[in-house]
Amino acid sequence: MALALDILSWIFLLSGATFAIIAGIGVLRFPDVYTRSHAAGLGDTLATLLVILGLLLQSPDWMVAVKLIMVLAFVWFTSPISGHALVKAAYAHGVKIDCEEEDAVSH
Amino acid sequence: MSEEPKAPMKVREMVVLRVTAKMLIPFILLYALYVQFHGDFGPGGGFQAGVITAAGLILYGLVFGLDQLKRAVPQRVLEITLAIGLLMYGGTGWVTLLLGGNFLEYGYLAQHHPVHGQHYGIAMIEGGVGVGVASGLLVIYYALAGRGRR
Repeated sequence: MALALDILSWIFLLSGATFAIIAGIGVLRFPDVYTRSHAAGLGDTLATLLVILGLLLQSPDWMVAVKLIMVLAFVWFTSPISGHALVKAAYAHGVKIDCEEEDAVSH
Repeated sequence: MSEEPKAPMKVREMVVLRVTAKMLIPFILLYALYVQFHGDFGPGGGFQAGVITAAGLILYGLVFGLDQLKRAVPQRVLEITLAIGLLMYGGTGWVTLLLGGNFLEYGYLAQHHPVHGQHYGIAMIEGGVGVGVASGLLVIYYALAGRGRR
């Protein structure tokens, strides 16, 4: 039982770490602000979910589990919102979109 | 076609930020209190709690504007609480001196039970640090964000 939990927890942790690394590569290699923040935001939400699921399986009592779920809720709130604020500020200050089509995003 | 940089957005346009900031700020302040009172037993304490309090209020200031924040927490109040924080720290030290101990020797705060005295002393010190750090950071934010006005 404990072994199965450990294995499941390792699977969650490792896949979460993989998604975090992929998001990091995306942040480094995508061409402009918008796509980079897209990579960071998407990677963050999924990687955080997987890592915290892995940690939940290891939590010794309910208190730790509740705290972990609260951390998850907080990160799920703040990470997309900070990405939204960043992109909105960039767009408001006229950062160009690196894209073939003109006016891919228009009002 | 060259795009002119548009004017900075007004508060009313930032619906997402406004709504979520209003939802999050109470929890940030509550978490600051948790860190403050958890400091006796584990990681946490006055400095971190003060920083978190100030961060929550600065978030309010960033989203709703400095004027709104100054209406909620006037600078006059901050100058007083800054002094009160320092006074709570130094005052605890002087009280232990007057009760016959060394400076900040908490055991003398409760005559019969030194361990209780240590609890009171640490709570007072951490409270002073929390109040002082929070108001200090907010005063710095006011000074920096209000630069160039008037």
